[in-house]
Amino acid sequence: MISKKHFTTPPQRVALFVTCMVDMLYPNIGLATVELLERHGVEVIFPEEQTCCGQPAFNAGYRDEARQLAERYLDIFAPLLSSGQVDAIVVPSGSCTTMVTHFYALLFADPSSRQRLLQVEQLAAATFELTEFLVDVLGIEALGAQLDAKITYHACCHLLRELGIDEQPKRLLNAVEEAEIVPLVGAEECCGFGGLFAVKHADISTAMGQRKTRNIADSNADVVALCDVSCMTHINGLLARQAQSCRAIHIAEILNNQIDVERQTTEPAPSPPAPAPRRWQE
Amino acid sequence: MTQSIIDLHQPFQQRVDAALRNKYLKTALSRATARMTMQRTTAMGAIDGQTLRNQVRQMKTHVIRHLPDLLEELEVRLTENGAVVHWARDAAEANAIILDLARRNNVQTVVKAKSMATEEIHLNAALEGAGIRAIESDLGEYIIQLNHEPPSHIVAPVIHRRLEDIAAILQRTLDMPPTLDPEAMCALARAKLRQELLTAEMGVSGCNFAIAETGTVCIVTNEGNGRFTSTMPRLYVALMGIEKIVPTVEDAFLQYQALCRSTSGQQTSVYLSMTSGPRKPGDSEGPDEFHVVLLDNGRSRMLAEGYGEALMCIRCGACLNTCPVYREVGGHAYGSTYSGPIGSVISPLLSMAVTGADQLPHASTLCGACRDACPVKIDLPRLLLKLRSDQVQHGQSPLFDNVAMKSFVHTMKSRRRYENAGKVASLGTNLMAGLAGGNLHYLPPPLSAWTESRDFPPFARKSFRELWRERRSRRGYIAGGHR
Repeated sequence: MISKKHFTTPPQRVALFVTCMVDMLYPNIGLATVELLERHGVEVIFPEEQTCCGQPAFNAGYRDEARQLAERYLDIFAPLLSSGQVDAIVVPSGSCTTMVTHFYALLFADPSSRQRLLQVEQLAAATFELTEFLVDVLGIEALGAQLDAKITYHACCHLLRELGIDEQPKRLLNAVEEAEIVPLVGAEECCGFGGLFAVKHADISTAMGQRKTRNIADSNADVVALCDVSCMTHINGLLARQAQSCRAIHIAEILNNQIDVERQTTEPAPSPPAPAPRRWQE
Repeated sequence: MTQSIIDLHQPFQQRVDAALRNKYLKTALSRATARMTMQRTTAMGAIDGQTLRNQVRQMKTHVIRHLPDLLEELEVRLTENGAVVHWARDAAEANAIILDLARRNNVQTVVKAKSMATEEIHLNAALEGAGIRAIESDLGEYIIQLNHEPPSHIVAPVIHRRLEDIAAILQRTLDMPPTLDPEAMCALARAKLRQELLTAEMGVSGCNFAIAETGTVCIVTNEGNGRFTSTMPRLYVALMGIEKIVPTVEDAFLQYQALCRSTSGQQTSVYLSMTSGPRKPGDSEGPDEFHVVLLDNGRSRMLAEGYGEALMCIRCGACLNTCPVYREVGGHAYGSTYSGPIGSVISPLLSMAVTGADQLPHASTLCGACRDACPVKIDLPRLLLKLRSDQVQHGQSPLFDNVAMKSFVHTMKSRRRYENAGKVASLGTNLMAGLAGGNLHYLPPPLSAWTESRDFPPFARKSFRELWRERRSRRGYIAGGHR
């Protein structure tokens, strides 16, 4: 059980672990994360040496290799914490947060790794998934976001069952103005991604995902909000292939007001000019 | 038309293919697992389920830590009670012990109460090979025995068949008149089984738990067939894995409660049959001889190799019912007596010949639903991760995986290599996406496994780190704003 760092004064500065997938595939989610934090008076630094936390290797059973990446991660982030340069580390992913807070300790369980294990414990206590940081640490309930759409929520497995984070993203979504939050049958069931599983057992993975996208279609949602881009990639890959108009969108982009949605509606579209969606690229 | 039968000796991928193609299987599994999960959550929610789970886990932890002592205590008590205790190192020894008992007593027919341990050692095949009839007396087991297939679930052996399939099996094998009335089917099976139960010379059951302090074997059933099996025949043999032990009567009822609520959502089962010894002079019923066979078959090796937690399983089936993989492929795809999450852990570890057992630990997304459902809170995802890691340690991982993972880690260990790889991927995927328009519909093998059913987005033209650098160097930048 990890006891999280307790803040007596609001944290001033955090380090962003953006995760390799957000870095390379979805930079807008990283920028949304930065903006959300900055808007609440938190300065963000981005250690540019960072790459991957090592979860793919760990999940596949390659612990020696995962350990090398974990040591690299510790060498980048631990000094920032111990020197007081940052008060916390924020990650826009439940899965990568879990790797650092729950799985790193398994990599340094042998007696000769005591020093590393101590480092891991300090780091784990100060590492927060984005919505956890916003709600539990900064005490934010609403971010002033607005989205005229039906939003449903998919609970990603590591976020829900390893980290126990569920209320935080839901509370933030409930505060999105003009949004209608609709229920999703089987919201807590795995989407079938599972890392290498999605390729090694692609047919089972697809069957699981198709069950998820059927439930999404039945929910009539325009947007599936979630907190992990790996599950997002999987769900969107299926939705796009099935030509469904609904899309899975990372919660940071919704909260930072940088998406617009074409509502699935048969009524004529209302005329008042909507503010142009804010986009980072193009 | 009934579904075909999946051959457990096919390669894993072929079993999965056959399961996924079978739409009847999907219907049967979706219905049954949803119902059983709902029953479990209702029953555990009606009491302080968390406390019960914590108590059971504490008790089972104690059992695993003190297994040798408890087993000796059980043997002493059982022997005092007049039972005969046999120790079987593996399946062959267990089968030999039971066959020898049958032969010495001129047994023609054995009736069996549902038992996964006897499935694990393939006892029925051993008995039939020696010319002895083995009749399954649990209704579900009886149906699949008639259809010559193995159970596909730890507690619901015929879960993979719909009512329509079962009717077809009974019409074909027992000349049942066409009907879809479950009660009529049940009455027919009952009439057939009652005869067998009254005339068989030997009864064989498994054991849900055995109480060390009293020397008592307990079997939990809802159909009364367990009571018949353990009391009517002259000879009663219980086969139990060495981990199926509880220290005290109080502990037995703790496990009993967790088992009933987690299995079927019942407060108690209809029958709880407890056998402490053979019939004593003046007893009105009970077997003349009571034998208990303690089966190792790889269990002590599991304990030694750090998999003791998996021996805390009470075989309730909750992890199967909640597993999103099991729900898609069903039990036979696992190729083992034990399916679902717990099956993926113990099938490669027990001394069982399971085709493709090494692939089972990988056939999981590690979603953790099983751990949340388990009445003993067994951390199944961690055990699956340990199995994967042990495969790599022991040089059993595929060469392709070794090379791919090593080059992945090599790339990620250097910022320069990582950034360059990102640039190449961005260029490549955007070129490809340019042709396809938007998403990638095709990737080269082995990633084609992804794009067969799913699109993949192209890498960003500019990575986050590039945008971050641009953003920082922009003059007049105000926090929270942009452009």
